Amino acid sequence: MSETTMTRTHQTATEPQLWDDETLDWLEAEAIYILREVAAQFQRPALLFSGGKDSVCLLRLAEKAFRPARFPFPLVHIDTGHNYPEVIAFRDARAEELGERLIVRSVEDSIRRGTVRLAHPLESRNRHQSVTLLEAIEEFGFDCLIGGARRDEEKARAKERVFSLRDEFGQWDPKAQRPELWNLYNGHTRPGWHVRAFPISNWTELDVWRYIARERLALPSIYFAHERPCVRRGRLLAPVTPLTPPKEGEVVEPVWVRFRTVGDMTCTAPVESRATTVEAIIRETAETMISERGATRLDDQTHEASMEQRKREGYF
Amino acid sequence: MSDVLRFMTCGSVDDGKSTLIGRLLYDTRAVLVDTLEGVRHASERRGLSRIDLSLLTDGLIAEREQGITIDVAYRYFSTGRRNFIIADAPGHEQYTRNMVTAASTAELAVLMVDVRQGLTTQTRRHALLCELMGIPHLVIAVNKMDLVGYDPEPFAAVQAAFETFAAQAQLRADRRYLPISALEGEMVVERGERMPWYQGPTLLEVLESVPSAHTGKAESFRFPVQWVCRPQAADDPTLHDYRGYAGMVTSGSVAVGDAVTVLPAGLTTTVQAIELGGQPLTAARAGQSVMLRLQDDLDVSRGDMIVRSDEPMPAVTRALVADLAWLANGPLDPRRVYGLRQTTREVKAKIEAIAYRWDVATMRRADVDTLTANDIGRVRVKLSAPIVAERYEEDRALGAFILFDPATGDTVAGGVIREWA
Ligand SMILES: Nc1nc2c(ncn2[C@@H]2O[C@H](COP(=O)(O)OP(=O)(O)OP(=O)(O)O)[C@@H](O)[C@H]2O)c(=O)[nH]1
Ligand SMILES: [Mg+2]
Repeated sequence: MSETTMTRTHQTATEPQLWDDETLDWLEAEAIYILREVAAQFQRPALLFSGGKDSVCLLRLAEKAFRPARFPFPLVHIDTGHNYPEVIAFRDARAEELGERLIVRSVEDSIRRGTVRLAHPLESRNRHQSVTLLEAIEEFGFDCLIGGARRDEEKARAKERVFSLRDEFGQWDPKAQRPELWNLYNGHTRPGWHVRAFPISNWTELDVWRYIARERLALPSIYFAHERPCVRRGRLLAPVTPLTPPKEGEVVEPVWVRFRTVGDMTCTAPVESRATTVEAIIRETAETMISERGATRLDDQTHEASMEQRKREGYF
Repeated sequence: MSDVLRFMTCGSVDDGKSTLIGRLLYDTRAVLVDTLEGVRHASERRGLSRIDLSLLTDGLIAEREQGITIDVAYRYFSTGRRNFIIADAPGHEQYTRNMVTAASTAELAVLMVDVRQGLTTQTRRHALLCELMGIPHLVIAVNKMDLVGYDPEPFAAVQAAFETFAAQAQLRADRRYLPISALEGEMVVERGERMPWYQGPTLLEVLESVPSAHTGKAESFRFPVQWVCRPQAADDPTLHDYRGYAGMVTSGSVAVGDAVTVLPAGLTTTVQAIELGGQPLTAARAGQSVMLRLQDDLDVSRGDMIVRSDEPMPAVTRALVADLAWLANGPLDPRRVYGLRQTTREVKAKIEAIAYRWDVATMRRADVDTLTANDIGRVRVKLSAPIVAERYEEDRALGAFILFDPATGDTVAGGVIREWA
């Protein structure tokens, strides 16, 4: 893997311990257990791998769950075509390094097929991923998708089961979730339905960073502080890219930033930061007063229930 | 294991569970500013003069419309002393199944009682469900003390009423009583000044100090096989004969070289290797997810249980006496065959007899032909194949099961094993 797409910077022996091994061991064992339940209970599972930090953790957990065997599922990425190139390069390199199969399906193709219609060419494609995802589910007959969503991310996610049912339209019905008792995850479904499984449901953003530090996991470079042209929109910073040009009257300035989450360019904002190492990020995350989505999502601000609505429509 | 305490709130609708969790998060400064802003806006839109802390967990559209909790919200916070996983359960009877979901993994329950209402049928039902799920610690939080002028008398009355009920219901959980005002934040994180007559700990002090109980009493090594690892990699001949048994140790521990028995078949061998992610370990203990390799090539598959040969054997049985929490909207049909899942094993099950149903209002055993939504009852279950069982009070992992409807896949009941034939 080339050094430009990866950054490896890690704790030295002299620094104080930034994580508590027992907590991480507990979370890890639970996640491995969930991954193995998926492998055992479904015929055609798949793991959603975006190159983002949560799914990077999922891959390490899958190694721990299944090695020396290969993963009992392929990796799947739904590409909006608006991802940062560093992240896509990282995604491909990581899949190859692991020797696992990566399936990429793109929103671009759905647009060409006419199943996704954009209101205008530069519209955020984030929401439209659901369509492409459902098409991939049908194409491959997936009966379970493993995702890296966490309950601490958002108030609708805080309500979701570890094994979460989706109907033929990929819809989540938050008012009719199945009971989920003990760790007896129930993967039986009606024909045409599928399950979304979330092994790191109980992890917080800080747990993810601590796990990355402990396991020395590589990440796309944009997670670490770098200088980038941005404009300020309210509390948020919007990156200036060919897809997201400045609006009239906006002042473009170089800012030291890092991304807390890497998604579609049109709706993911970076945060101001000088943290160039995982350890520095852990310290910042422990002190931050703004939530991950609050600090980074240009599309969640609009409505009190944006996430729930997207999830009802089949979003991860 | 680590110091994580999983606790839940429960009790009747509107007794203040979500407000309490909001208060706890707010006063421990676990709420981020943008989340708080969102809740402040939402409160203003509802015409409230002060911020409604219940909106911190009531995040669904329908919940905010109706002002009630529908499903469990999980929240995470840490005080430096301890990490907490909170489950804020709904009080409404219609959503009892969601409360049971939260209760099944909780080690402590905060049972809320509105000091003006006292115990309701739903309070008793939730207490019984906590008992059924074997939650070892119960905190009875007598809430809305502000509405009775922080008077010790009504608090004492609730305490006395609950003690009477607890004796009747033979509750085994340890019990603590706290007067609080979730709205004003009295006795939650801060003591406040309005109840000098109460000398006990605040809620947070209780949460920080109760012993956590991940594994319960069980001490013998139990390892339900989840998944069999057969790499059969053509490019790596060393893996040709590799056979690993993946699973989580539910109790006890095992080391390389230990003699083990595979149940229900009863075959014996020794542990050749213990691995995680392809790396060797010398031993494994409760709570760890590992891979075991055995000396002999036995027929072992998902649903089998590996135990240590030098420790007490669990029961192998095809007939159970169990307590059920019926969760489906439709009634139990004794003519039907259900799926039963216990540890990683699935068998078919028929409910042979219903011994009784607990009448929650009168606390008497009622003679019934069926169980309907939210009922708790004792049943006899016949199984299509043997399972490896323990009593739930001895072993929460081997004593728990769910029933599902084979037609829809839906979970219809949670069960705990009391006895076997
Ligand atoms: N005066 C007073 N009102 C309270 C107190 N705690 C909660 N309330 C009010 O009681 C009402 C219900 O509170 P919630 O926290 O939503 O009740 P809940 O128990 O979570 O309700 P469900 O989850 O729907 O069962 C709200 O109007 C609260 O503001 C309290 O200590 N004092
Ligand atoms: Mg509530």
